[in-house]
Amino acid sequence: MNKATIAYIVSAATLIVAVWLGVSIGTVKIPIQTFWDSTDTTASNILWKIRMPRVILAGLVGASLAIAGAAFQGLLKNPLADPYTLGVSSGASVGAVMTLFFGLSIPILGPYTLPVFSMAGAALTMFLVIGFAKLVDRSMKMETIILTGIIFGSFLGSVLSLMIALTGEELRQIIGWLLGSVSMRSWNYILMVLPFVVIGSFILWLNRRELNAMLFGEERAHHLGVNVKRRKFMILIGGSVLTGSAVAVSGTIGFVGLVVPHMTRLMWGSDHRHLLTLSFMNGASLLIICDLIARTIISPTELPVGVITAFIGAPVFAYIFYRQRRKGAM
Amino acid sequence: MLKVDNLSGGYGKEPIVKNISFSVEKGEVLGILGPNGSGKSTLLKIISGILPKLEGTVEIDGKDSAVYSQKQFARKVAVLPQLHAHAFSHSVKDTVALGRYPHQSGLFSSWSNEDERAVNEALAYTGVTRYSDTPIELLSGGEQQRVFVAQALAQEAPILLLDEPTNHLDIAHQQQLLDTIRKQKNEKGVTVVSVFHDINLASLYCDRLLLMENGRIATIGDPKDVIQETTIGTVYNARVKTQPHPELPKPQMTLLPDTKEEEKPFTVNKQQFTVSADHVSFKVDQPLKTISSAVTNPGMGWYRAFVNRHVDANYNADDVKAEMADYLGKRGYHLTDTVGMMTAVTTEHAEIGEYKGEFGSVLIMVTAGVGNAVDVSESLTRDREQRIGTINTWVIVNGHLPDEAFIQAMITATEAKTKALQTEDIKDPLTGTIATGTSTDSLLIAATQEGEHLPYAGPITPLGKLIGHGVYDSTVRAVQAYKKAKVWPS
Repeated sequence: MNKATIAYIVSAATLIVAVWLGVSIGTVKIPIQTFWDSTDTTASNILWKIRMPRVILAGLVGASLAIAGAAFQGLLKNPLADPYTLGVSSGASVGAVMTLFFGLSIPILGPYTLPVFSMAGAALTMFLVIGFAKLVDRSMKMETIILTGIIFGSFLGSVLSLMIALTGEELRQIIGWLLGSVSMRSWNYILMVLPFVVIGSFILWLNRRELNAMLFGEERAHHLGVNVKRRKFMILIGGSVLTGSAVAVSGTIGFVGLVVPHMTRLMWGSDHRHLLTLSFMNGASLLIICDLIARTIISPTELPVGVITAFIGAPVFAYIFYRQRRKGAM
Repeated sequence: MLKVDNLSGGYGKEPIVKNISFSVEKGEVLGILGPNGSGKSTLLKIISGILPKLEGTVEIDGKDSAVYSQKQFARKVAVLPQLHAHAFSHSVKDTVALGRYPHQSGLFSSWSNEDERAVNEALAYTGVTRYSDTPIELLSGGEQQRVFVAQALAQEAPILLLDEPTNHLDIAHQQQLLDTIRKQKNEKGVTVVSVFHDINLASLYCDRLLLMENGRIATIGDPKDVIQETTIGTVYNARVKTQPHPELPKPQMTLLPDTKEEEKPFTVNKQQFTVSADHVSFKVDQPLKTISSAVTNPGMGWYRAFVNRHVDANYNADDVKAEMADYLGKRGYHLTDTVGMMTAVTTEHAEIGEYKGEFGSVLIMVTAGVGNAVDVSESLTRDREQRIGTINTWVIVNGHLPDEAFIQAMITATEAKTKALQTEDIKDPLTGTIATGTSTDSLLIAATQEGEHLPYAGPITPLGKLIGHGVYDSTVRAVQAYKKAKVWPS
C-alpha cells in the first residue's frame, strides 16, 4: 500500500470519527442507533434537524477554506497564504454584508444572491491584492503578499464597521455572523453552499498538476507546457468561489486554510494531486472538531468557532513564518 | 530546427534584443555569449515565450512558434533554467515526472508506461536514480541542477534551451552537466541553444557561438572565429589573450590582469649563473617565459631556475624523469619552478657568454659533447645505439618575445650550432660526413618578457644576429674545450 492510499484512509477515518463526535456529543448524548432507529423522536430530531446540518455545514466550510488555502499557497508559492491572511475573506464579508445592508436580491439568483455577491467580493479582493503586491514587488515576496492582504483586510474591515454602525436592529445578527459561526443553520444553508463547494473544488482539482508545476515558479511552469495565465485565473476563481460561499454561510473563520494544508503537507507531502483532496477532507474534520469545542468548552455558552480556529491558527502562522525566515528560502 | 528571423523584443516598449536572425540545425549546439546586459537571457526568454516579441518570427520545426499551444510547444522545446530556490518540498521523482506534463491530457490523464519509461530513463541518464524518493531540497546545488536536467530530458523535446545552466556549480558538476547535454546531442540528435557566462566553457561544448552586444549580434560562427582577442576584447571591454586548448582544437581565452605595475622591471645577467661540481644553474627572482626540450618541465612555461646536470656516461635510470626530480628536490630546487637538463659533459667545460646588442643582451650557455655526433641527413640510413653525448644550448634573452620569435630563436640557434660543428670539423663517425648535431641535443630559449618588444629572431634581426653569433661562438669554444679534455685526434 503506498503512502497516498494510507493518507486517504487515515483522512477518511478521521473525518468519520469527527462527524460521529460532532453529532453525538452535546448537552444531550446521541446514541449511535439513532441513525437507523427513530423510535426516540427527541434524539432523532436533535440528530437530523440540529446537529447533522451543523456538522455538515462546518465540514463544507472547513473543506472549502482548506482546499482554497492549499491552492493559494501553491499558486503564490507562499506557505502563509490563505483566504483569511490574503484579505479575501474580508472581501467576501463586505460582499455579503452589502447584500444584507442594501437588501439586495436579484430575481434569477434568488437565495443565491448572498453567496454570489460574497464570491464576487472575494474574487475582486483577490485580484486587487495580487495586482497590488505585484506592483509593489515583482518577485512577490512572501511578506509583500501578506502585508498587502493585511492592508486590504483592514480597509475592508473598516468598511464593514461603517456598514454595521449604520445598521440598526440587524447589528447583533451581523456581528455574531462576522465572528464566524455555523450554529443555527438549517439544511437550506447546506443546499445554498453545496453547489459552489462542488464547483470550486472541482476547478481547483482540475489544476492539481498545474499547481505542482507552478511550485517551481511561473516561468518554469510555462516551460513545462502550462498555460500559466489561464490556469492562474482558474485557480483564483476557484478559490474565490470557495471562500465566498464559505463566508456567505459562516462569516469569517480564519486560519483553517493555513493550518490544514500545512499539516497535510507535513504528513503527506506537497504533491497537489493528493494535497488538494486530503486538505479538503482534513479541513472538514478540523472545523467539525473546532465547532464541537466551541459549543461545548464553556457550555451552555457557545463560543464563535472563529475564536477556536484563530487560537490554533495564529501560533501555527507564527511558526511557519519563523521556519521560512530561518530557512532563508524566500 | 530553430529559425529566428529579425527578432526584436524585451520587457517593455523599448526592445532589449534587436533584429536578431540566426538558425540552428538539428543536432547542433549553439552557444550564446555576451557581456552582462547584452540581452542573451532576454533572447532566450523571447524564444521560449516568456517575454513578448515586438517584431520578427521564431520558427520551430518549420512552423511559426505562435501556432503551437503551450503544451505542444513544450513537447518541442524543453528549457533548463538557472538553479534557484523553491518554497515547498518535492521528491526527486515527482519533480522529474513534471517533465511529462505536456504529454498528458484529459481529465484524469493516467500515467502511462511511456511516461514511466521516460522518467526512469531521465533519472538514470543524469545519475539521480538513487535519490528518487529524496526531497529535492536535501540535495546539493549540483545534484539539484541534475534533477532539473532530468526534468527537461523527461520532456523528450527535440530542442533544448539552457540559460546559464552551470551557474553556481563547481567544475565537476559543470563538466557532468555539459557532458550529459552533449551526449543527448550525439545519441538523440537533440538541438541545443544555451546561454553561457563562461567563454571557455562555451568554446569547449558548442559547435557554433553567437556573440551578443547591446541586444544585437556582434558575430556568429565557429568558436575559433568568434573567440578572437580583438572581438572578445572590444565586446566585453576586457584585456584578453587567446590560445588553443592543450588537447582539443578549441580556442580558449584568458584574462590579462593589470598587475604589471606591481613588478619592477628587471634584467638578467651572467652573474646569475653558478657552476658547481655536478651542475650548472641559472637562478632568477622573477620567472622567465621558457620553451625547451628539457627532461624536467619541457615545453612552454614560466620558470625561475634552470639546471644543466652532469651525469656519468654510463648513467642509467628506469625512470629518468623521477630520478631527475629526486636529484633536483634534494638540492633544494622547487620542482614546478625549475627546468632540468642532463649532459655527460663535465660542468667545467660549460661555456657561458653574455652578448650585448642595442636592444639589450642575450646570455648563452653551451655544453657540447660530440662523441655521439650525427649527420642528420644520413641518419635514416644508419641504426645507432642511444648514447649520452649531447650538446645542450641555452639562450636567455633580455627582451619581450612573441611565440613566433621563440620559434625563430630556436631555428637560429640550431643553425648556429650546426655551423659551429662544421667549423670544428666534427664528423659523424659512422658516415664520415660532417655532423649536424648529436643524437640527443637539447635547446632552451628563455626570455624575461620585459623591456623591448622583439617581434622576430631570424638571422637578419638584431636579436637573431646576436643569437646566431653567440651560439656559434659559444659552441665553437665548448667543442674546443671538449676536444682538449678528450685529447681529440686532429
